[in-house]
Amino acid sequence: MALLEVNGLGISFGGLRAVDDFTINIEKGMLYGLIGPNGAGKTTVFNMLTGVYRPNNGTIKLDGENLVGKSPAQICQTGVARTFQNIRLFKKMTVLDNVKVALHNETKYSLWTSMFRLPGYFKKEKEMDQRALDILAVFGLEGQAQVMASNLPYGQQRKLEIARALATNPKLLLLDEPAAGMNPNETAELMETIKLVRDKFDVTILLIEHDMKLVAGICEYLTVLNFGTELASGTPDVVLHDPAVVTAYLGE
Amino acid sequence: MLTNIIEQLLNGLRTGSIYALIALGYTMVYGIAKMINFAHGDIIMVGAYALYVAIINMQLPAIPAVLLTCVTCAVLGVVIEKVAYKPLRKAPPLAVLITAIGVSYFLQSASLLIFGATPIPFKSIINVPAVKLGSVTVSGLTIVTLIVTTVCMIALTLFINKTKAGSAMRAVSEDKGAASLMGINVNRTISMTFAIGSFLAAVAGILYICQYQSLRPTLGALPGIKAFVAAVLGGIGSVPGAMIGGILLGIIESISKAYISTELADAIVFGVLVVVLLVKPSGLMGKNSTEKV
Repeated sequence: MALLEVNGLGISFGGLRAVDDFTINIEKGMLYGLIGPNGAGKTTVFNMLTGVYRPNNGTIKLDGENLVGKSPAQICQTGVARTFQNIRLFKKMTVLDNVKVALHNETKYSLWTSMFRLPGYFKKEKEMDQRALDILAVFGLEGQAQVMASNLPYGQQRKLEIARALATNPKLLLLDEPAAGMNPNETAELMETIKLVRDKFDVTILLIEHDMKLVAGICEYLTVLNFGTELASGTPDVVLHDPAVVTAYLGE
Repeated sequence: MLTNIIEQLLNGLRTGSIYALIALGYTMVYGIAKMINFAHGDIIMVGAYALYVAIINMQLPAIPAVLLTCVTCAVLGVVIEKVAYKPLRKAPPLAVLITAIGVSYFLQSASLLIFGATPIPFKSIINVPAVKLGSVTVSGLTIVTLIVTTVCMIALTLFINKTKAGSAMRAVSEDKGAASLMGINVNRTISMTFAIGSFLAAVAGILYICQYQSLRPTLGALPGIKAFVAAVLGGIGSVPGAMIGGILLGIIESISKAYISTELADAIVFGVLVVVLLVKPSGLMGKNSTEKV
């Protein structure tokens, strides 16, 4: 059984059919790419997967568990985490706190414990700090733990978003244009980081990307979306040389 | 002369810290729900009447009566949010604002129906003897007020900065969408904010009623609007701003009453607001938000 099974997913906004009959199956541990021209409906797919939008038809199953109709918070607790195309960190919080907020799901101490500062509170807080720092270390951000998130350089903000998403302990990580606005050096570094994340955190990754070099370099399987429908699917070699895909990107 | 100034400052500090407690409710709710809860002042009134009912009608001792009052207000705050504001989460701000004014009138009218328009005298439940420090006399009420408000403010600051629920609140106030995608239950966080804000309003209501010793259905209006001014003065949305704004407002008010004119005191208070907003439109502790183009 695939980790993520999406079947016949569709959504309309007014008269516009934004995504229609979208089907993918992602095996556990895969690095899957979702590509397509601007406005193809890629981010809309992400929004449906994470419960921001409710699809009009189709099913979404994670490990066999239905996700349609659940709230974003519940879906996150089921094991889907994401980053955003335009960075949406908690800018007024420190780097460490950004990650700790996402550890939220798992921190179990009662309000009373924290109010009266019982020993359990300090123990749990220390554990959380350590876990957050461990995650930050993977991204080379542990030195900036106390820096305000808004003061990080752009490339590091992108990394912090991935770190924050990982802190929710997801089975499936959705990356929305992780390389947007990066220079070639930063992109190359990011490719390494994404591979590392997949292996180290034992997570399955679905990413949206425009950078063809990145997509061809790391994705094992691709689906191309155009005008809300699937244009092609397969390994990068096959898909990127598909005449229909080339036409969609470059025109006739 | 000096004795007098110190006593006036202490009076100002006492009133100011009550304003600060109320202002915290305004600023927290604004921070998280991006709305001005104009019914917040009337929570103070409900608190005052709840205390009266607990002490006089139910014959409860002071401490259980105070607890009952705080719980009543916290629950009321949550219920108001669920019934009146939650359905308007996606409505334009003006609709929410008018609803808040409606809730305010509803609460006032309800207590008018139940308790009538005649002011009810109420004896302070705080019976702490005054303390003499040199030539300065500090009343028991002032001491209790300052201790209670300081404890509340420290507890709130620790709560917001050091607990997971507090960090969830900060996250929701910055970006509801991103917070919910990180597994935070936004509705529960908003409810909690209203509960805490109303709890603080109840504490403020108890201290306020022990100072003024008379109950009217409109008693929450004036401290409510003053605390709103304090929250704006300090920078709406900022927790330390609300504390500083409240205390500053109380001191300005009491000094103006003592040395300038009792009638002009309110005018001076609101005048200070105008001047601060002219110089620093985001308030004392507020951050200027610049929109990236």
